Amino acid sequence: MWSLGNITHSIDGWLNQTFSPALALLIEFVIVGTMAISLFAVLGLVLVFMERKVSAYMQIRVGPNRVGPKGMFQTFADTIKLLLKEGLTPTGSDKFLFNLAPVIAIISAMLLLAPIAFAKDFQMWDLNIGVLYVSAISSVAVISILMAGWSSNNKYSLLGAMRSGAQIVSYELSAGLSILAIVVLVGSLKMSDIVASQETGWWLFKGHIPALIAFVTFIIAATAETNRAPFDLAEAESELTAGFHTEYSGMRFALFFLAEYVNIFIVCAIGATLFLGGWMPFHIGQWTAFNHVMDFIPSSLWFFGKTFFLIFLIMWFRWTFPRLRIDQLLNLEWKYLLPISMFNLLLATAIAIMGWHF
Amino acid sequence: MGSASMIVLIISAIVFAVGGILVSKLLFKKHNSVVKGEAYECGVPTVGKSWVQFNVGYYLFALIFLIFDVELVFLYPWAVVAKSVGWLALVEIIIFMFILFVGFLYAHKKGALKWM
Repeated sequence: MWSLGNITHSIDGWLNQTFSPALALLIEFVIVGTMAISLFAVLGLVLVFMERKVSAYMQIRVGPNRVGPKGMFQTFADTIKLLLKEGLTPTGSDKFLFNLAPVIAIISAMLLLAPIAFAKDFQMWDLNIGVLYVSAISSVAVISILMAGWSSNNKYSLLGAMRSGAQIVSYELSAGLSILAIVVLVGSLKMSDIVASQETGWWLFKGHIPALIAFVTFIIAATAETNRAPFDLAEAESELTAGFHTEYSGMRFALFFLAEYVNIFIVCAIGATLFLGGWMPFHIGQWTAFNHVMDFIPSSLWFFGKTFFLIFLIMWFRWTFPRLRIDQLLNLEWKYLLPISMFNLLLATAIAIMGWHF
Repeated sequence: MGSASMIVLIISAIVFAVGGILVSKLLFKKHNSVVKGEAYECGVPTVGKSWVQFNVGYYLFALIFLIFDVELVFLYPWAVVAKSVGWLALVEIIIFMFILFVGFLYAHKKGALKWM
């Protein structure tokens, strides 16, 4: 049976036969880089379109429907429009930091692609501290936001950046603690180990109550960390025009926008890997026949299906919950989520030691 | 691919971001004017600089965050071995978390978590 893992292995073998090892490695690097860039572009196009369509159907309207069949090429048109727009740098801004900020946002989003297991044996870098790597790199994103807000020399931008800094930094704690609950159950930080440990069932189901609490806190924290509604205080349109990217226009604005959507994808991919089994098909304990049927669905489909389900969930939140005030937001994290996730971690440890999980 | 993937990804991110900005620079026509370069604050003329002292509330949260973030870093190696070490690991981390929690309660009592 063919799979993405086999394809990469055969391409690797063919390159090493035809060219010298150094040249083959270089060609592989170029292929990986091109694939990462194209994944970025495709994700941007698909997620923006999905966002608009989901919001439209939630409000009982049709959404974009003019460009292409069912409005499929709407985001292409938007991209071309953004390319043709003038990229303005305000006179009073710190020009170097102003131009550097979107590049850093893209770099931090791109680096997070490395440890994600997209399909069986299809992972760029299966490092032994995968989960720690993710939480380390994802906190770089806040630097780009603060940089953008500060360098714009605009009060709205500065306020938005400060708010979003406080918010991302706070919710990182409960996100980290809920991830740790799963790490305790698995006993490894490696992404492939975490996926392999879910062969008999996903952690959401076999981890009992601690895994469920961790999943809920993780989803809340993920929504807050990607600055999505109901936690979109950083760019609360009605009070701050656009928050930290008020002064950005043209391609640099597009880069921020893209980085935001790719961050949503990555956070959901991490959530799917930890709680919903990553590329692992839906397996139930000893039901061999059922498990064999499930194995016929390709692993990449499982991964993207779960990830897009979580993305849909986050888009759904936007139209369900009203926006929080900044003090409510910080109260929610520091007075509720953080103590809950700390005690949940202890509970998960007790269950892991007792061996109560399946 | 190993750690080289980090370098590959950084390079491709720079190519993507800088390439995009440069391509769009070729495509658009630049029109300069004084008003256009001003900060956009809903049409009202800007008053004073933006680079001023800021509300201390944000820094208080940043300080508390630092304490808990360091705690989180300590928890990562613990989490990996907790299952194999057994009950001793749980007791140790309860003592560790208890000390932190007392500090957290102190900060709460002093009003560091209250907004404004």
